[in-house]
Amino acid sequence: MATTPYYLPAAMPAPVPEADGLDKPYWDGTRRGELVVQRCGKCRAWQWGPEWICHACLSFEMGWERVEGRGVIYSWERAWHPVHPALKEHGPYIVALVELPEAGGIRMLGNLLGDPRQLVRIGAPVEAVFEPHDDAKVPFTLVHWKPI
Amino acid sequence: MSAKDRTLRGKVAIAGIGETRYYKHGQSPDSEFALALHAILRAGADAGIDPRQVDGFASYSNDRNDPSRIAAALGLPALRFSNMQWGGGGGGGSAAVGNAAAAVAGGVADCVVVFRALAQGQFQRFGAAPPGSAVSGEAALTFPYGLISPAQRFAMRVMRFMHDYGIREGAQRAIALASYHHAQANPRAVMYGRPLTAEIYDTSRWIVEPFRLYDCCMENDGAAAVIVVSAERARDLKPRPAYLLGVAQGSEHRNAARSHNAPLYGTSSFTTVAPQLYDMAGVAPKDVQVVQSYENFTGGVLMSLVEHGFFTAEEANDFLVVDNLVAPKGRLPLNTSGGNLAECYMHGLELVIEAVRQIRGESTNQVADAEVSMVISGPMVTPVSSLILGGEAAL
Repeated sequence: MATTPYYLPAAMPAPVPEADGLDKPYWDGTRRGELVVQRCGKCRAWQWGPEWICHACLSFEMGWERVEGRGVIYSWERAWHPVHPALKEHGPYIVALVELPEAGGIRMLGNLLGDPRQLVRIGAPVEAVFEPHDDAKVPFTLVHWKPI
Repeated sequence: MSAKDRTLRGKVAIAGIGETRYYKHGQSPDSEFALALHAILRAGADAGIDPRQVDGFASYSNDRNDPSRIAAALGLPALRFSNMQWGGGGGGGSAAVGNAAAAVAGGVADCVVVFRALAQGQFQRFGAAPPGSAVSGEAALTFPYGLISPAQRFAMRVMRFMHDYGIREGAQRAIALASYHHAQANPRAVMYGRPLTAEIYDTSRWIVEPFRLYDCCMENDGAAAVIVVSAERARDLKPRPAYLLGVAQGSEHRNAARSHNAPLYGTSSFTTVAPQLYDMAGVAPKDVQVVQSYENFTGGVLMSLVEHGFFTAEEANDFLVVDNLVAPKGRLPLNTSGGNLAECYMHGLELVIEAVRQIRGESTNQVADAEVSMVISGPMVTPVSSLILGGEAAL
């Protein structure tokens, strides 16, 4: 397997911000190496993924706030079957769902860096790692998680 | 009119069932639309209803076969009801029957066909990534991480549930073995003549942990249809009526919160739906004699059975053993046609048909004197749905 700076092959589907602008602050933030998520300007509830309205108080004043990117593994999976052409011959990889206690317990997705065959423990602490794809047609940055 | 008066209980029945032959995906010689027509005509013939009397259609999961085209193709005198249940996957299987039932009970239509047709060779397969290299919205937060297929989308829900309750792999295995066991007596089943053993299961490859190959449904071509009419009319027809005792659809608080943020995560989405179902049907879990529970993945069945009250999560390891799940003597005969794992993945409408067969006494794995027969549709998606059918004695 060729060495690549990316956890998964470069030919995986590339993210683009939604046409309506809802998640643009998130994707812009990742380009700066910052993890930003939604927080209600009125009742201060955290919210992820992005939505136009606060689920807690129904305010449309949703703001964006930077978080440290430290959390715990809430759930995970190790995928073996290659469902995308870019994954043929790639072997297993891990997806983690990470809970951020510092941000009201919202959960974020990403790959779990390190040995794809590692033992994964729900509750284990992780931190966010940025993976810039500067050579993509429309450059973007993914957020992964690293055991700490 | 009080809430108690507003019920579908006993007002309609499934009077006809029809299926095409079931194929492995891509192997149907007929187009998807032709498959749909064949299933609908067979359901009419089974009920003894002239297809020209059909006046409505209900389906789910964005079925591609437009009711207006079907009505034109069949030369129907008038179309009075056409209905699509929102939501992907098989979660709409029971809901579509409920929507048809509501139309009939409310006088909107008299004879409604619920159908689903799939020719995955003609169209995109479920288990493969859709074409295109750029993704946005929810997919932008998941696809780049290789979180793409339905199995990948739901594995983490099951992983969390198993973690929370200490559920072992054997629980999922028993569900897979029960479906395959039943398929061996069902000549319609795609896996007829292809038995599964614990050893084959245990050595099968991982698709995505915690799902092995045999925890995942097949992908098939075919079509299925059922006909819903009023209870009075069903009594005048030849087949034994399978009355609708109850039906419910939906999901709990913020189930669809983006990026896997449902507050209750380890769920099959039935925690609010199942109580609604039992409330309308006027039965309790102990009264249910046979269950068809949609297997997209066995872990989804596990959570569905817990959320429908057949056992607690803490009891799952003990309850989910093959002997408990097979007809005729098991405590809870499960997926008695072979289900999505081993009969056919007709998006769960074949489960409704099997539930009717149990009420008629015509299953290839018949439960003795089955009067209360349940279908659970599409765990872990939203909306999900479930229904209970009953014989005359259950009314």
